[in-house]
Amino acid sequence: MARTRQTRTTDPGAYLDAEGTLLRELPDFAKSRDTLVALYSAMVRCRTFDSKAVALQRTGRLGTYASSLGQEAVGVGVASAMAPTDVFLPSFREHGAQLIRGVTLEELFLFWGGDERGNDFSLPKRDFPVCIPVGTHFPHAAGAALALVHKGVPGVAVAVGGDGATSKGDFYEALNLVGAWNLPAVFVLNNNQWSISVRRQDQTAAQTLAQKAVACGLPGEQVDGNDVIAVREATERALERARSGQGGTLIECVTYRLGDHTTADDASRYRDDDEVSAQWKKEPLVRLRRHLTQVHGWSKADEEALLRTCREEVDQAAENYLATPPEPAGEMLANLFESLPRDLARQAEELGDG
Amino acid sequence: MAEMTMIEAVRAALAFALEEDPDVIIFGEDVGIDGGVFRATEGLVQRFGPSRVRDTPLSETVIAGLAVGASAQGLRPVAEIQFMGFIYPAVDQLVCHAARMRNRTRGRLSCPMVLRAPFGGGIKAPEHHSESTEAMLAHVPGLRVVIPSSPARAYGLLLAAVRDPDPVIFLEPKRLYRATSEEVADNGEALPLDSAFVLREGADVTLVTWGAMVVETLEAARQLAEVEVSAEVIDLGTVKPYDRAAVRTSVEKTGRCVIVHEAPLTGGFGAEVAADLAETCLTSLLAPIRRVAGYDTVMPYLRLEDRYMPSTDRILDAVHYVLEFE
Ligand SMILES: Cc1ncc(C[n+]2csc(CCOP(=O)(O)OP(=O)(O)O)c2C)c(N)n1
Ligand SMILES: [Mg+2]
Repeated sequence: MARTRQTRTTDPGAYLDAEGTLLRELPDFAKSRDTLVALYSAMVRCRTFDSKAVALQRTGRLGTYASSLGQEAVGVGVASAMAPTDVFLPSFREHGAQLIRGVTLEELFLFWGGDERGNDFSLPKRDFPVCIPVGTHFPHAAGAALALVHKGVPGVAVAVGGDGATSKGDFYEALNLVGAWNLPAVFVLNNNQWSISVRRQDQTAAQTLAQKAVACGLPGEQVDGNDVIAVREATERALERARSGQGGTLIECVTYRLGDHTTADDASRYRDDDEVSAQWKKEPLVRLRRHLTQVHGWSKADEEALLRTCREEVDQAAENYLATPPEPAGEMLANLFESLPRDLARQAEELGDG
Repeated sequence: MAEMTMIEAVRAALAFALEEDPDVIIFGEDVGIDGGVFRATEGLVQRFGPSRVRDTPLSETVIAGLAVGASAQGLRPVAEIQFMGFIYPAVDQLVCHAARMRNRTRGRLSCPMVLRAPFGGGIKAPEHHSESTEAMLAHVPGLRVVIPSSPARAYGLLLAAVRDPDPVIFLEPKRLYRATSEEVADNGEALPLDSAFVLREGADVTLVTWGAMVVETLEAARQLAEVEVSAEVIDLGTVKPYDRAAVRTSVEKTGRCVIVHEAPLTGGFGAEVAADLAETCLTSLLAPIRRVAGYDTVMPYLRLEDRYMPSTDRILDAVHYVLEFE
């Protein structure tokens, strides 16, 4: 079941096809109804957050926002495999993972609403905030992994980035270091086929993104990024390898960006609706819901209750966010250094504390 | 007390830091068995082991990014960029991450890291090995830029940089690495960051400088003393955030100021010092502020290098201009 081949070139392995049909024997965790319901709920929660965030942006109450519509299985699959002692380093599209790690909905709204307090996570204290400069967080994952080793913590640093990010030196240079130093780091690629308007095949002539691991001496593996079970299973194996001292892994999750790049983007300028419609048939929630319905008696009532809970929770968080007053302006200087340098005293005074 | 060159003082400070704090680690290109191309880390891998002193692959992005990630997770990395001329891929990590991690997480994560780099001209090095672009880094909010100008200041400021809770770019004037030696007490005592050093007191003119230009500036002050002109020499030590108060106090006393730096004139850090004095000390100034700097050009290859570097004579010319101004 656990495939160890280094790369796949076609048809990345899945457990469930788009219809929810079982393709091969499930890993043990996926035989449990509770676990599957938790994974499904996390994806629904993420999608509910996404649509609320887009709605808030459209009505001028949130900043530019990057939706993860259609890619929920990546973040949820990855984060559900992680332990609290691991360190997560997200790109800007992994809300699903951040929520599982314990970042609150309010914190996510605050971040996307333009308030630094959204990065002051109450729960995953060591996780990194969203990384906006594409791919530049992969070197941080290597550094975080080094810190874990140095401090004797059996944790793993897990970074997620996009297909576009693989063209950056940062990605390659960090992956190379993870190989050279045998660091406990897992790099996950959310290959959603697009980097704003540039197609995956125009990003690189490499047959797969997973192949990029080969030159760094690491295993690279492609999985169906719309199958949360496949993503989680591959992540679990990679984490286990890292924890047992065998070093890093690259996982390419093949999925699709069903939405615009961000709320500032209009994807109809560069891609056909037909392509998007075809991809809607493969999206990650439906297949798991069908499997739950067929095998675990997931009912219409269960579904409705879940949707309602998520909606209420997200609406409440949005209200809390909207009711949060902005910080005093002085905070923009107060947090630059641990203590305010004398040199900045006059500017701090000018900003005041209001 | 021991007689040390600047490179020996850097090495002693690094050893002290490694000894006192198990979270201090050193990495960079050739810093292990080779001891660094200038030998700043010589003997450290033998003494502290390869997990504390690590050779990295040849990647400046990774060196800086690794320092960001490791420091944000509780280590105190002291990373080396082999020459400042190769720092630019690392600048992305400094500007986009090291400088802002504390601010954007409202203090939850921070980057107590040091990035060391030999910099500046005057040793007839190959292309790309002689520039000084400290002003570029000084412009970035959230970074400290520290430049020692003697063995003792290298020792004390480097220890302060390692212990500082925020990122410090530590630029070592390589012309001074072996130029002189002095008594340095290897006792772990740091010198204050963000504080200027008055290297010579004087009443007639204030000379503000940093790094290797301290040599020419002190020489100018010595020659001025021979003609009964008393020059005060201030070494900024920390370029950003710099000790505005010390410079203002001196200029309020002398009424005249010449700023000396090796970096190109336009947008050099001297412009900030001059602007601050214009804003705050206008009524004390008896003459326009003059800047003696490198020319606004690409650093010449070694045959013309001496013509580029500010000389004692150029400093003296500027001092005479401000003294004679009416
Ligand atoms: C270094 C850098 N260059 C450009 C941008 C602007 N930008 C933001 S997202 C993006 C595309 C990223 O594509 P990908 O890595 O595939 O991630 P995705 O957005 O598809 O999740 C670009 C060009 C950026 N944020 N950072
Ligand atoms: Mg993409």
